Amino acid sequence: MMDVLTPVSPALEFHHVTKRFPDAGYNAVDDVSLSIDEGELVTLVGTSGSGKTTLLKMVNRLYEPTAGQIVLRGHDIMAADPVQLRRGIGYVIQQVGLFPHMTVAENIAVVPKLLKWDSARTGARIDELLQLVQLDSAEFARRYPAELSGGQQQRVGLARALAVDPALMLLDEPFGAIDAITRDGLQNELLRIHAAHRRTYLFVTHDIREAFKLGTRVLIMHGGRVQQFATPDEIAAAPANEFVVELLASAGTSVGPSGEASVETSGGMSAGTSVGTSTGDDVRG
Amino acid sequence: MGSRGDLLVQIAQYFATHGSEYVHAVVQHVAITLAATGAAAVVAVPAGIACSRFPRVRGFVTGVFSTLRIIPSLAVLFLCISLIGVGEAPAILALALLAAPPLLINTTLGFSRVPGAVLETATGMGMGVARIFFTVKVPLAAPLIIAGLKTALVEVIASATLAAYIGAGGLGTIIFTGLGLLRSDLLMIGGVSVAGLSLVVSALISWTEKRLLPWEA
Repeated sequence: MMDVLTPVSPALEFHHVTKRFPDAGYNAVDDVSLSIDEGELVTLVGTSGSGKTTLLKMVNRLYEPTAGQIVLRGHDIMAADPVQLRRGIGYVIQQVGLFPHMTVAENIAVVPKLLKWDSARTGARIDELLQLVQLDSAEFARRYPAELSGGQQQRVGLARALAVDPALMLLDEPFGAIDAITRDGLQNELLRIHAAHRRTYLFVTHDIREAFKLGTRVLIMHGGRVQQFATPDEIAAAPANEFVVELLASAGTSVGPSGEASVETSGGMSAGTSVGTSTGDDVRG
Repeated sequence: MGSRGDLLVQIAQYFATHGSEYVHAVVQHVAITLAATGAAAVVAVPAGIACSRFPRVRGFVTGVFSTLRIIPSLAVLFLCISLIGVGEAPAILALALLAAPPLLINTTLGFSRVPGAVLETATGMGMGVARIFFTVKVPLAAPLIIAGLKTALVEVIASATLAAYIGAGGLGTIIFTGLGLLRSDLLMIGGVSVAGLSLVVSALISWTEKRLLPWEA
């Protein structure tokens, strides 16, 4: 029932992208050029003000770049109608932003409705998605967001963003406001979902451990510039500069070359795959 | 004991002989109330939306309406007489001025309090400006707007009693006649009817609210 998505590589390209906000004396994002392949889960990590969220929000045009070009699956995003563009991109934020006046099912159905799916297809997809994020459809579909815990709300947020199986998912610190134990579970589920469907994910976080655990590649930003963009192993083995070294040190020993996080994510790209093969079977709805 | 019995007899007699007059007064009272509140809503709700969008407008408009609120409704009524004479029109105008502040303030609050995160995801998911307004902002602002409407209606129902003073009719007519003739049965009928009307309208709105806003429970 899902549309077949032909892989396009690179899935997302940034060409000399710069963003300067009005009245700011500096560039929030400063001449960023990089290319992301289909099926990657790229984590963007940096301190606040590093430009990571700004970079993310330019992809679905919540912000417009001051200069440069962003190409999504071969098309310059500035040439597209922003409303249409966004319907093809999943978007999850830390505050979740579920519609309080809509039930869980109605929230998930928003983009399918915008795309004029019939109700049978939408209904089937809602059940499938709730199963994917491990919420019992019978119990949760008709609840309002206020009747859910924070972790459950973000599961619904994730399901809603995944509704039309977008080629690209943008996640802006989605687990930032969630307690450590729940967060760990959600991280594992995100890896599982990503591994099962192999869409391209861009995941912003300020938590270097989370970045290393989830990312097939990690994009480290500081002062609006890319400090390093490589697999977790490569970064751990050869930090590009002083800032990266400091960032790794700030996360404690667990992220260093000998730490547990690097063991967990050993193999970069394969992190997603290994999780996928171990738990991927019970995922498909 | 005897006087209370007399009062009940008198009340019963009033309804027996003046039934249609009474119904007419109630209908008039409701009509004036609805006209005034409706007129106020037509102006105050869009003004409230504008206030929530433009902070500069907000300072000015809420200032004006808060000042209006301080003026006693009786004073507004008499001011209206000097401007547009007696009858229904000045009464409705004066009552509309009374109804506007709660509607305006609550509309402004309602639209300002729509969470930024909800608007951000709505935009990020590909909802257009008009769709966000009607399917997200309006329903989320609705509880406060309805609360403002309830306040406005209750205030107007009570104050519409005074409208009889300037010849607009309504339940106030019964009360003022009772005052003039020193007839406690008429005072009782008028007073209780106004109170009852307030209660019925409040209950109706609460009932509608529950139907319309199930997520608010």
